Amino acid sequence: MNDAQSAGDAAPLELRIDAKAFLSADGTPVEVVRGFKLRLEAGSFGALIGPSGCGKTTILRIAAGLDPDFRGELHTPGSGRLGIVFQEPRLLPWRTVEQNIRLALPAHAADADLTDLVAILGLGAHLARYPGELSLGLARRTAIARAFAVGPDYLLLDEPFVSLDEAVAARLRDELVALTTRTKVTTLFVTHDLDEAIQLSDRLFFLSDRPTRIIVERSLPPPRGTRSRDVIASLGDEMRGLVAQATASGA
Amino acid sequence: MPRVYSLAALVAVWAVVAALLQSRLLPGPLTVGTTILADLRSGELPFHMACTLGRVVSSFAIAMLLGSIAGYAMGRSRALDRYADPWLIVLINMPALVTIIFAYIWIGLNETAAILAVAVNKLPNVMVVMREGARALDPELDEMARAFKFTGLSRIRHVVIPQLAPYLSASSRSGLSIVWKIVLVVELIGRPNGVGFVLGSAFSLFDIAQILSYAISFIVLMLVIESLLVQPLERRAIRWRRRPA
Repeated sequence: MNDAQSAGDAAPLELRIDAKAFLSADGTPVEVVRGFKLRLEAGSFGALIGPSGCGKTTILRIAAGLDPDFRGELHTPGSGRLGIVFQEPRLLPWRTVEQNIRLALPAHAADADLTDLVAILGLGAHLARYPGELSLGLARRTAIARAFAVGPDYLLLDEPFVSLDEAVAARLRDELVALTTRTKVTTLFVTHDLDEAIQLSDRLFFLSDRPTRIIVERSLPPPRGTRSRDVIASLGDEMRGLVAQATASGA
Repeated sequence: MPRVYSLAALVAVWAVVAALLQSRLLPGPLTVGTTILADLRSGELPFHMACTLGRVVSSFAIAMLLGSIAGYAMGRSRALDRYADPWLIVLINMPALVTIIFAYIWIGLNETAAILAVAVNKLPNVMVVMREGARALDPELDEMARAFKFTGLSRIRHVVIPQLAPYLSASSRSGLSIVWKIVLVVELIGRPNGVGFVLGSAFSLFDIAQILSYAISFIVLMLVIESLLVQPLERRAIRWRRRPA
């Protein structure tokens, strides 16, 4: 892990999507995103929150540079080195946990020391196992380790804690807070769980239904990660009110 | 063990039938065995087997290499598939004998023609299987590799080839058996050595013992290759799969 590199870079993550459409099965274009504009300061943790099917994953794929077919602009921080955690772990089943992490490393860092990272995520005992032998929680941890191991300039996470039981998800959230605090990497996190977003983030972005745009944007008072349950609940009520208002006035 | 019993039973049936018939047209296992030993000692059998094996290996390697590349490309690009598919259909329906005859006429009665003719016969089968494999590649892993900027080489080695492994092993298994059968035909028609050549001359002399001794020796050789080379490679390729408890 290269802490200095990701911390030292002060450029924000900027994404503007004027329009993004898919061709539906019968050949008519369906507009998924319109007038979307996001700016995430260097070193901060932003959450995209929106209803299922609103195009969150589409936006994340564009932010990852995996889908160049959109109208707009993407500015990635630093050299643009990306760490990404997909909704499914997307590990190579025929490679061990350690190989899965190391294969993502750039060639000059192939022998990087992973000890700390592996220790924080509790993967030490599992490095030689194949993904088919892991629980979903461990597979997700491996995917998170892979994303941090590359020393990313920015980090994207697509609902990485869905379908985990709450205890495991809570532990993984704490580990994610520890890692992002330590590396100060600019992070964009996609979720439909408002409490999760409030617990983890510096800044919240609420999305509308299709065609998706940001309807409410709010910064949360620091420090993130340690907010108590009461604080999360009251912030949650406040946000829900704001979103309801914005939706009503937009309609 | 059941395999051994079953093979022993086959030999026993052969021995009984041969003993009952007492015909020059069906020599018993003992006669064939002594023929094999004599030919082994004279060096004839190893020489011809080596010639045939060399042709099998070269044409198999050419067909697998070119077929995998072409099949992969067709599986990945729909446009290419649309243009190349009619050629593939022509190639796959071309009788082996026609390919062999044209190779000998156009290239000459030489080793290159023989090996190419066999490779061209096997090529379309490899292409069809590998095209299916390429179509079945997981786009999510592909995306992961792109997001983490895998180099082209490591993408092929760690993402693509492991996914194609079952298709590679299916086409190499069926390939090996098809290729050695066609090699014998090629040798029968236009080569001065190899198992096919020997079978041809034994046929004109009605030397059934020799035909059987060469056929059996070659089958044994292919079984040895299968169990010492192909099966261990396959086990290595699937060692990551969870074993049934």
